[in-house]
Amino acid sequence: MLWTILIPLAVAGVAPWLHRVLRARAIWLLALVPVGVGTALALRVPREPLGAWMEAAEWIPELGITLAFRLDGLSGTFALLICGIGALVLLYAGAYMRTDPHLHRMGGLLLLFLGAMLGLVLSDDLFVLFVFWELTSVASYLLIGFKHEKQEARDAAQKALLVTGAGGLALLAGFVLLHSAASDAGLPMEQAARISVLAATDLSGHHLFTPALLLIVLGAFSKSAQMPLHFWLPSAMTAPTPVSAYLHSATMVKAGVFLLARLNPLFGDSAVWHVLLTVTGAVTMLVAAALAAGQSDLKRILAYTTVSVLGTLTMLIGVGTDLAIKAAAVYLVAHACYKAALFMIAGSLEHATGTRDIRQLGGLFRAMPVTAVSGVLAAFSMAGAPPLFGFVGKELLLKAKLDLEQLGVVLLLVATLANVFLIALALAVAIWPFFAPSAGWLRRGPRSAACRLAHEAPLPMLAGPLLLAIGGLFVGLIPGVFDRALGSAMASAIGGRPIMMELKLWHGVSPAALTVLGISIVTLTLGFLLFLRLRAWLTHIAAVVARLGRRGPARVYDLALTGLFASADRVTRLTQTGSLRQYVRVILLVLIVTSLGVVLSAALDGRPLSHRLVSADGLLAAWYWHELVLVLLILTGATAALLSRSHVSAIALLGVTGLLIAALFALFSAPDLAITQILVEALTVILLVLVLYRLPERTEHKARFADTAIALAAGAVMAGIVLATAALHLPATVSEHLARLAKPGAHGRNIVNVILVDFRALDTLGEITVVAAAGLGVYALIKLYRRRKAGEGTS
Amino acid sequence: MKSLVFQATTRAVTPLLLAFSLFMLLRGHNEPGGGFIGGLLAVAAFALYALAFDARRARALLGVSPQTLTATGLLLATGSGGAAWLAGQPFMAGLWLSAALPAELKLGTVLLFDVGVYLVVLGAAALVLLTLREG
Repeated sequence: MLWTILIPLAVAGVAPWLHRVLRARAIWLLALVPVGVGTALALRVPREPLGAWMEAAEWIPELGITLAFRLDGLSGTFALLICGIGALVLLYAGAYMRTDPHLHRMGGLLLLFLGAMLGLVLSDDLFVLFVFWELTSVASYLLIGFKHEKQEARDAAQKALLVTGAGGLALLAGFVLLHSAASDAGLPMEQAARISVLAATDLSGHHLFTPALLLIVLGAFSKSAQMPLHFWLPSAMTAPTPVSAYLHSATMVKAGVFLLARLNPLFGDSAVWHVLLTVTGAVTMLVAAALAAGQSDLKRILAYTTVSVLGTLTMLIGVGTDLAIKAAAVYLVAHACYKAALFMIAGSLEHATGTRDIRQLGGLFRAMPVTAVSGVLAAFSMAGAPPLFGFVGKELLLKAKLDLEQLGVVLLLVATLANVFLIALALAVAIWPFFAPSAGWLRRGPRSAACRLAHEAPLPMLAGPLLLAIGGLFVGLIPGVFDRALGSAMASAIGGRPIMMELKLWHGVSPAALTVLGISIVTLTLGFLLFLRLRAWLTHIAAVVARLGRRGPARVYDLALTGLFASADRVTRLTQTGSLRQYVRVILLVLIVTSLGVVLSAALDGRPLSHRLVSADGLLAAWYWHELVLVLLILTGATAALLSRSHVSAIALLGVTGLLIAALFALFSAPDLAITQILVEALTVILLVLVLYRLPERTEHKARFADTAIALAAGAVMAGIVLATAALHLPATVSEHLARLAKPGAHGRNIVNVILVDFRALDTLGEITVVAAAGLGVYALIKLYRRRKAGEGTS
Repeated sequence: MKSLVFQATTRAVTPLLLAFSLFMLLRGHNEPGGGFIGGLLAVAAFALYALAFDARRARALLGVSPQTLTATGLLLATGSGGAAWLAGQPFMAGLWLSAALPAELKLGTVLLFDVGVYLVVLGAAALVLLTLREG
């Protein structure tokens, strides 16, 4: 199974190159990938409930992370949706973006997402799933920001990434907690992250169970746009339409729902799970449906209805009865098909007319008959009208609600109300643009000139929506095909128990069936009535929605983001004053404060420092006159540099001091150190000379005394540290060991060099990286300064 | 600073300094020297040249941009560490060629690493020096 994930990812890597060679035809080749992968997977999807095809390979055994995959009813259904819709979307994108200069990136990015999404649904290891989960977020970021020259697209991409990324972090924390709870329960390390194993383990007694549950649910909600984290999804509509059709209706936003479904066997018995999912889902379902009614942009309407449906699915998983799970399974598949189709139709409409504003669209049936037929079928499925697949899903949904003892009536009412909105919107989105009188949405409003010039979409853009819509009709007419092929296995996988599904279009004449049918008819009628009024109400509803939006979670997000930038700005201003004196002060003060403890403890333990210096075996036990002379010279040089009045003499005197120190190194047989010191001194002098005439005149600074104090303290602390370390009697074995190893182990006699480039080479690598970064930093600063100067000069 | 004597001396000394810096780099494993010292010596050579003439001519002498040198050095140092992976050893483990060379010089990834250090030191310091000299 690993291959089915790696192949799309690998092809994604070469996609830009393929595109360069094959031009527009490349997209057909790319579309073959999901077709092939999908077929391969479809042949292996187990039909029997709870059957699964497992595969595992070692990845990070130290952490108990296994490349484990599971193909069962749930992941199989998702994989087929991902591949099937993926292939159609790729073809659609090829035609939709024919003239886009960045088309070559689109194919690769879509495949990257496809591979990530397949990995996500097939994973049977929590952490592998997380990796793919994040990869889908990254792919989504790149795809939303596809038109990166637009500020709006960049903002939307950032918003989606931040919201789903933050959710991803919560998810990871939840997974870690779950893993540790499972380890406590006695599962071996490599089993504790396996979802299939966890599902069969009862962890509900563990104290980490509920925190893990909450964090995981938070992650899933952020991905599946549950209130109040839904706001990124409508913004993401700035993405090119094929992306919206694929990621933001059919697949990625369902990743959260998928995760909830996947973990339902583990968490399903928990009351927290039950309440949290049901309530959040119900609220999201209703509020998003109402918000959708306030939009006039086709894609934004579809986005809000998607949020609403995601809410419905979350609610159904939360309810968790057999019927609810069946309903979730059917509704999920039906929605993926009709919503992807509707998005593609919206794209075709925009392609043909240049607008997505429903108020300007009308009378396009004659110009775009095939798109119109797809639109009618998809909209009927969305409205839940017979005989489409959406109808089957809705009937099940209503039946699941009726079946409940508590809350059943409330949920039924909420669902019915949301449904009324969805029906009205389905009519507005997919019927009105084709069949409205040519005057357009607003009776007296001018019909967009583009509508008159509209033309039918090219074949690849017709295929996607038409196939999906006809599929919905077919499955709706013969629902038994779905439940036998996938439905029962999928529902059983969600429930964690065998759930047999028998879908019917006509449930016969029984009180329950008639009630459901009655409610269906009532909602359809109400929805149609609402649609008729929606045109007149639209402006009012839009105003209310806009007013709500100003106080909604999107506003909180904006405030948080601007607040973050503002505080970062303040912190930077506070710490980066741009004054070298200030920086040096801070550095020295930190050094003094942090090292004082070391020096003091060394001075206080046992023999005092002075004793260590002058005792018989102390540091100053044996010294020579020439050493003393050298030390005195160094001190004289430093003092003279301090007292000198001009920069030039100060620099020269500092150089002298440095060279004398090098001589000291040489005396104490450290030739490498001495050579380095000499060279560094020479170069420092050159550098200082080069910047000399940029420096301000040497003046008496009023903070002079404070500076002197800091300098003296830093010197004293440094001296203390040196004494303390020198007085330490380190075991000689380390240096002896290194000296012994240098020749046979590293083929070198110069132990300093051997340590630098072999024994401690990693440290050196870090150091030269710092050197390189510092060099580039200085370069950037000088360039920046000069450019600003030049800018001031010309302006 | 257009001094004929200084320029003439520099012209003579620069190749010597550069050759010496390479010598220091190569002998570093057994005698005092190595990538840091060699690199600093090379910088000194270019600094001298830039002082005697100007930054443009020093750049021409260098041939490639200091940024390229720095990046090449970092890549070389990292890559020499990564080479151990190919041999199934931990990162930064030294690999040695068995072929013996005159004068105690042994070829191995460690030498490549030291060359990387040399290039980074030369590149970064030359970058700062030459940029300053240009202004």
